[in-house]
Amino acid sequence: MLSLAHYLALSGVLFAIAMAGIFINRKNMILLLMCIELLLLAVNFNFIAFSRFSGDIGGQVFVFFILTVAAAEAAIGLAILVVLFRTKASINVDDMNAMKG
Amino acid sequence: MFEFAFFGMYAAVLIGAAIGVIASRNPVHSAMFLVLAFVTSAVLWILLEAEFLGITLVLVYVGAVMVLFLFVVMMLDINPDTLSSGMARYAPVGIIVAIVAVAQIWSVLWLRNQEGWAATSKKLASPDYSNTKELGAVLYTEYVYPFELAAFVLLLAIIAAIVLTMRRRPGLKMQDVSKQVSVRREDRVRLVKMDAEKD
Repeated sequence: MLSLAHYLALSGVLFAIAMAGIFINRKNMILLLMCIELLLLAVNFNFIAFSRFSGDIGGQVFVFFILTVAAAEAAIGLAILVVLFRTKASINVDDMNAMKG
Repeated sequence: MFEFAFFGMYAAVLIGAAIGVIASRNPVHSAMFLVLAFVTSAVLWILLEAEFLGITLVLVYVGAVMVLFLFVVMMLDINPDTLSSGMARYAPVGIIVAIVAVAQIWSVLWLRNQEGWAATSKKLASPDYSNTKELGAVLYTEYVYPFELAAFVLLLAIIAAIVLTMRRRPGLKMQDVSKQVSVRREDRVRLVKMDAEKD
């Protein structure tokens, strides 16, 4: 029978894959944004699994808000990406050194 | 038993899609794999009896956010070879970190499972249970201020995206409304006194 641990294990694997994706694709900014979406998806999985198995609807409300914030974040992130490409003609993270950080 | 088989099948598809996202060389393929991951997650959420959020995930993410991603990927002229040049160099570090993270999460889960913490299996909800109704009942009462803040966050995202990407080209003929409104009669009208013409 399915238990909470099954879903938590799945979301843990998903989170780790997305984290490895940030390491592997650290030059491509579009893929970094996609990996952030995957990370948020893994977190949402946890919220929904806990909400289901503890019988509390509050977890699903949180997922609702996370989805909202993630959509806003994707829109602003892609807008910044478009502006960066317009000025630098590249989306390579290594080229973004204007602030000498 | 069926539930477990379904879970295993969709979990395998989800993991495969996630690996496809991070390992594809072409960003368009990555975006397509991400769409697959979102749809599979929506199915798993519906399996968890979160029907409203499952449908929302498909509508908002597959329908809006991923289309936005694909637009940007296709609009920008990027060369995948230069971007994935460091892939082989960073892959071992990423894989090691992922394995360590999975080991940590699973060890904690295993420990808690030994104590019988997660072994409780819930019964299915009755057929006339409405997840949307339940969610709406708390969303518009208990969480109404966060709900309005979420609306404000979306408004902020709209304004920020427009302001960031609006281009001001030199020589573009456009109206400046504030200048139009603040114009006074003295700036525009000149009264000329002249003698009457005589034939």
